[in-house]
Amino acid sequence: MAATGVDAPGRAAIGARTLRTDRWWLSPLTTFVVFSAFVVYATWRAFADKDYFVEPYLSPFYSPCLGDCVKGSADFGTPFGGFPLSAALIILIFPLGFRMSCYYYRKAYYRAFWLSPPACAVAEPHTKYTGETRLPLILNNLHRWFWYAAVVVALILTWDVLLSFQEADGGHVGLGTLVLLTNVVLIWLYTLSCHSCRHAVGGRLRHFSKHPVRYRMWTWVSRLNTRHSLYAWLSLFSVAIADLYIMLLANGTISEARFF
Amino acid sequence: MTYQLKMRVWRGDDSGGSLQDFAVEVSEGEVVLDAIHRLQATQAGDLAVRWNCKAGKCGSCSAEVNGKPRLMCMTRLSDFDPAETITVTPMRTFPVIRDLVTDVSFNYEKARELPGVELGPRDADGKRRMMQVDVERGQEFRKCIECFLCQNTCHVVRDHEENKPAFAGPRFFLRYAELDMHPLDTHDRRALAQDAAGIGMCNITKCCTEVCPENIKITDNAIIPMKERVADRKFDPLVWLGAKIGIRHKDDEGRTEM
Repeated sequence: MAATGVDAPGRAAIGARTLRTDRWWLSPLTTFVVFSAFVVYATWRAFADKDYFVEPYLSPFYSPCLGDCVKGSADFGTPFGGFPLSAALIILIFPLGFRMSCYYYRKAYYRAFWLSPPACAVAEPHTKYTGETRLPLILNNLHRWFWYAAVVVALILTWDVLLSFQEADGGHVGLGTLVLLTNVVLIWLYTLSCHSCRHAVGGRLRHFSKHPVRYRMWTWVSRLNTRHSLYAWLSLFSVAIADLYIMLLANGTISEARFF
Repeated sequence: MTYQLKMRVWRGDDSGGSLQDFAVEVSEGEVVLDAIHRLQATQAGDLAVRWNCKAGKCGSCSAEVNGKPRLMCMTRLSDFDPAETITVTPMRTFPVIRDLVTDVSFNYEKARELPGVELGPRDADGKRRMMQVDVERGQEFRKCIECFLCQNTCHVVRDHEENKPAFAGPRFFLRYAELDMHPLDTHDRRALAQDAAGIGMCNITKCCTEVCPENIKITDNAIIPMKERVADRKFDPLVWLGAKIGIRHKDDEGRTEM
């Protein structure tokens, strides 16, 4: 640590990087392990280009399927049919960008991956810091654009859930239906509790009193917003579980538990 | 019930210092500031400590207890194991004056850089009016007691002395947000928040919120909304396009940019 931070001239000469005695490293370590595991799993699945569809379920990693999709999985046509790589790579930029620029995930990865800072009152290892004032991190200011895209993605995933209630011979409810339904509820909670959503629906106003409907919506989103990090985690798990379940069905490892 | 509390207290000044060990008799229900006062009364008469209300409302006794930025008067000894040694140091972001007292004038300099409220003309009857719902919005921000624990814990200046000229810190982003949300204020502070106050330096790691003794949601309710307001102005092509073709956000009418 250069002598610019807690060791800077004039400050109390304490020497230690931190005097915290609690297990401050546990939270960033947990975040690091879980997020890394998700990144590895999601990267593998995004490039796999197989086992993402089994009638009537489409993996959320591949929805909407716009590339060279397996038969029956493209509900919105295949405008990128000639795309040589996995169809997931065409659309994953949107949820990925949404989560990478999310105010909660930013806190999480700045702490757990960049150690800036690893925990409160624990000195960071970097000698220089410019925050989000330069490229590439200044792009995090585009969060609202990814939020617009995330709303579209959530609508499409909702459509997938509706389709999962149907089969060629009529109605159907399987374990996969419930998995997709749970996932889409958590995705919506995460999307609607977003700070940019809170700003767009009413937070940007200077006169709540002149916009009673938007004010009311702002209070609802504000209530969800207090649990944004929880929804961020839950929806991260649910999207991975939904994909895993469909992959196991598609490659024949398990068979569907059908309720009716 | 009384017991001997083991304490390590930083003693020194800007030329140097060290953690010194003490044993102080404390009683049930006491707080760290009580122990520091007893230490001062019985063993270290020249121990420098800043305090005032002993009730968590004046923001004077900010320090770091076991490495965590806390108000000493609001840190109960019952939260620690009686066998544990409690370490008390001054805040580590500001220049030390002596022992537990730091020079927090950085914060007052930053306060001076922030333009105050500029109200528009009065109503015809000579009064100014705000609706209750608009008044309530800023109340959370008014709870700030200026203990400067958020300024102390913010890694932007805590870990980088060189950032101090360019960064106002969470306490003042709270003030920027409060004024920018104020329906009667005629200043538009969004450009100032980005340029002079350096809100872009904040990477929203939320330590300010974690240490706030008033439980103000500094990050969620002030910094992020202020960042979004800056994004409205600087990073939103739709807003830019709207301004170009003459569609303005009516809510901003009557404001002039600082």
